Amino acid sequence: MSTAPRQMHLAAHFPGVNNTTVWADPRSRSQIDFSSFEHLARAAERGTFDFFFLAEGLRLREHNGRIHDLDVVGRPESLTVLAALAAVTDRLGLAATVNTTFNEPYELARRLATLDHLSEGRAAWNVVTSSDAFTGENFRRGGYLDRADRYTRAAEFVATARELWDAWTPDGTPRPFRHQGQHFAIEGEFTVPRSPQGHPVVIQAGDSPEGREFAASTADVVFTRHGTLEEGRAFYADVKARLARYGREPDELKIMPGVTFVLGDSDADAQERAAGIRLQQVSPQNALLALEQVWGRDLSSYDPDGPLPEIDPDPESSLVQGRVRHGDPFAVAARWRALSEEKGLSIRQTVIETTGRQSFIGSPRTVAERLTEFVAAGAADGFILVPHLTPGGLDDFVDLVVPLLRERGVFRSAYTGPTLRSHLGLAEPVWKG
Amino acid sequence: MSATAPLHLAAEIGGPPRYDPGHYTGLARLAEHGALDFVTLGDSFARPGPDALAVLSRVAPATGRIGLVPTVTTTHTEPFHVSSAVATLDWVSRGRAGWYVDVSTTGAEARLFGRRPAATADELWREAGESADVGARLWDSWEDDAEIRDVATGRFIDRDKLHYVDFEGAAFSVRGPAIVPRPPQGHPVTVVDGTSGPARETAARHADVVLVRATAPEQAAAARTDLRRRAAAYGRDPDTLRVLVALTVDLGDAETAPEPGLESGPPLAADGSYYRGGPVDLAELITRWHRGGAADGFHLTPITPGRDLERIVNGTVALLQHRSLFRTFYPGGTLREHLGLARPANRYAPEGGRA
Ligand SMILES: Cc1cc2nc3c(=O)[nH]c(=O)nc-3n(C[C@H](O)[C@H](O)[C@H](O)COP(=O)(O)O)c2cc1C
Repeated sequence: MSTAPRQMHLAAHFPGVNNTTVWADPRSRSQIDFSSFEHLARAAERGTFDFFFLAEGLRLREHNGRIHDLDVVGRPESLTVLAALAAVTDRLGLAATVNTTFNEPYELARRLATLDHLSEGRAAWNVVTSSDAFTGENFRRGGYLDRADRYTRAAEFVATARELWDAWTPDGTPRPFRHQGQHFAIEGEFTVPRSPQGHPVVIQAGDSPEGREFAASTADVVFTRHGTLEEGRAFYADVKARLARYGREPDELKIMPGVTFVLGDSDADAQERAAGIRLQQVSPQNALLALEQVWGRDLSSYDPDGPLPEIDPDPESSLVQGRVRHGDPFAVAARWRALSEEKGLSIRQTVIETTGRQSFIGSPRTVAERLTEFVAAGAADGFILVPHLTPGGLDDFVDLVVPLLRERGVFRSAYTGPTLRSHLGLAEPVWKG
Repeated sequence: MSATAPLHLAAEIGGPPRYDPGHYTGLARLAEHGALDFVTLGDSFARPGPDALAVLSRVAPATGRIGLVPTVTTTHTEPFHVSSAVATLDWVSRGRAGWYVDVSTTGAEARLFGRRPAATADELWREAGESADVGARLWDSWEDDAEIRDVATGRFIDRDKLHYVDFEGAAFSVRGPAIVPRPPQGHPVTVVDGTSGPARETAARHADVVLVRATAPEQAAAARTDLRRRAAAYGRDPDTLRVLVALTVDLGDAETAPEPGLESGPPLAADGSYYRGGPVDLAELITRWHRGGAADGFHLTPITPGRDLERIVNGTVALLQHRSLFRTFYPGGTLREHLGLARPANRYAPEGGRA
């Protein structure tokens, strides 16, 4: 007896404002022109992807008190771009990252419901909660939210949005709403009827225990950074185990790590290309920057091709702004030093070795195999692919890997339904009158 | 104003609420077929309807030349978000965006947000002015040539060409710079209805296009003169202002109905001018007012968009084109070009940057 293999979900992440995105390559095009968004979205739709994904940052990153200038900077506002993409795609889901700290439920719920109508059921919202005072300087209310409150506000925000999306009856009669809570006390009438998906798909990205709990309670998809098999399985098991508490089935929440990939004619060719891309991603200047991000100190006088600094990191540093600092800096520094000494690596080589190695490297066949394995092994329900080139970085994957996934019977050959919920196999939320 | 000054025409495509994109795309294409300068799409938190900026973004790839001007209210929306969204509309439409500034005056709207009580129109229009001000500063916060992609130094941007705006208003402050690079038009076009007192000051100071409701050409001319004088007092060149007469039009069932309600009957809309008649008479009226120097053009709000817009384009506009009073094609690509407005210099660039 054979059972059908587990189906995988795929999404396309527009290249971001960090050094994963290689801008110095001659094939790299504008990160802001609509044509770039259209190119990547059309490629994703050609590959029958579940959705297209846009990240968000509400303040430009800074380093040492100055605007960070080494990576791609500047991007358009997500929901507006997605509304335009709805005109040039038919089935592809359209996901926008939008912060809950610097928005209000009424307005955002309305914008999301509008996108769901304009795309005929393809809208998704990636709920993020960054609440730092640095970003807050661009907003009326400033950085007023305590870090501890970021998820209580986010949870109430999403709950309120769902009340608004249910404000009209399924047969199109508007009814007044009223919400009284810790963060929001609002009432009135919603201006948009219940949208084609009932509620737009809700995605969560954020890794703390509070973030995972929030995802388990209300999200449809989790966007995670856990892209290795072991980490992925642990994360997957942890988050899925939280669902029962909310009366939810494991299949009601899809776990999709953000992953990078490099294809080649052979595995060896792909490895060679991957090394070349890492060199592009970690320019000498970017190597020093990565070092400063760990050390929290100005290290501009160091030679990127020389040895690591002997001084220790500054744990209290505010050198880096607009970006989350990962892990204990002393532990990271110790690890980097050990590696550098063992292999005789320079600063740049150490950074290349320790950061951002591509998740999937190989021939199309190898990559298709490994992706399938991940899903079969319970490390993911699918992947959010992050290409390193704008806008053509997904083309080879769609042309070379997707057909192999289809051949293996792990990925759709055609869209079977019109909405993003139908691609993800998610039921329409029950209307709560 | 010389009698040969170009005529500008715009139309509202909103009406009873619709949520299907095809409806709006059809109307915008119809207006584009008539080579109109721009379409507006009204929006308010106080009545049913979709988010107008999103709708016109959805319309952008389905059109090629026509300007797209959604209503955006400033009372409850973060100025930073307003600026980013309008700049993005300009990017996706390749330089065809504007925004029609409005405020939310009611307590019912305030309770949708629960952040502040309703305020007076005076206060809200001052705040709208600050929103427009900080929005334009944010658009300028990137110089046009800030993106350098300099492989030798590893720098994507020249950060000396990005600027903090450090705006301190009465109601909010914004640090900047924008997260969106300077839009194609430099500044998307700012439209304000300057008919009433508190809005007129904001219009004179910040608008590129001012709409005025008037029931007679003299009244429109007086408003235009007043706006130009006030704009000059703010240090602006009055010729960078386009004053359009806002008319609500009902082209009824007849080809040429003999009821030009505008000059004879009482206005139907309490705050505005209302035209009822045929498309040919409307063309006559537009010609007469424009020749007399009362306005730079007209913004027409059809009472029944589907029916009336078709009559405006195929009747009124066709006649104006036949008489060589209105363009038959778009010589330019951006909304500013349609309006004859220069791309603004950048206040932060040493010599204003690329104009
Ligand atoms: C994979 C991933 C992607 C994220 N993308 C964004 C983003 O685009 N914009 C943003 O403001 N925050 C983003 N975040 C930050 C988180 O949403 C979250 O707000 C932050 O990490 C704090 O929550 P936490 O403590 O649970 O991680 C991302 C986080 C993860 C894990």
